[in-house]
Amino acid sequence: MTTPQLFFAYFAVAMTALSLLIVTRKNPVHSVLCMLGLFIHIAGLYLFLNAEFLAAIQIIVYAGAILVLFLFVIMMLNLRKEETVKKYQAQWPVSAGIGIILAAFLVLILGNITVLPALGEYSIEAIKSEGSMMTVGKVLYTEFLLPFEIASIVLLVAIIGAVVLAKKRTE
Amino acid sequence: MVPLSWYIVLSAVMFSIGVFGFLARRNLLIIFISIELMLNSVNISLVAFSHYLQSMRGQILVFFVITVAAAEAAIGLAILIAYYKNNPTIKVDEINLLKG
Repeated sequence: MTTPQLFFAYFAVAMTALSLLIVTRKNPVHSVLCMLGLFIHIAGLYLFLNAEFLAAIQIIVYAGAILVLFLFVIMMLNLRKEETVKKYQAQWPVSAGIGIILAAFLVLILGNITVLPALGEYSIEAIKSEGSMMTVGKVLYTEFLLPFEIASIVLLVAIIGAVVLAKKRTE
Repeated sequence: MVPLSWYIVLSAVMFSIGVFGFLARRNLLIIFISIELMLNSVNISLVAFSHYLQSMRGQILVFFVITVAAAEAAIGLAILIAYYKNNPTIKVDEINLLKG
């Protein structure tokens, strides 16, 4: 195995282990902390794939915002008594079967996937000459301008919805 | 050079683990976390395709997925807190009321 493959192998093993830990821990705080490790590994994988902008976004938005949101909610809810009861639903063997079958199907179907010969214009050299941020920004603000505006409306709806849902009833 | 299929297999395995967590766990918070796990596994495959096809669209799509995931987490957790105020449980097999 070459060095990049060893690097990827470490990341794959660590990420699979962290994912399994996330769905099997009883205490949600432990799950969230495993999630933090997973997000840092994913950011490393993005750097490995020449997506520096997304690696930064992954750390800032996911690890910085979403996980803190989860931790706040865990602290607001008093979950002490919930830890003592069983953590899986009654049908969990069926769920495990579905997960294993899905994984087997996906690996069988996608295990030998290769790249199409028609390559785009954003080769590693092209990205390096301009910088990752500039390349992403150029595509985002020209070709994907309308989806970008719609994303801002989605975020506005999320802000208003969260405030309306979580505030105390006044009447 | 790492083949593209390795990334896709890793993404598929992580997605399946997320599906298992979504279907099997009783804690609503862990179910939300499983959804985030599935979204992240899809993001990995999108970035890998973007790199190997030398196209920028995969990365832009990941950007939008992260946006929607942030909105989804905020709304979902707000609904969870609003529910918890009336019925103090977050076990999904005991949540059976929509009206507070």
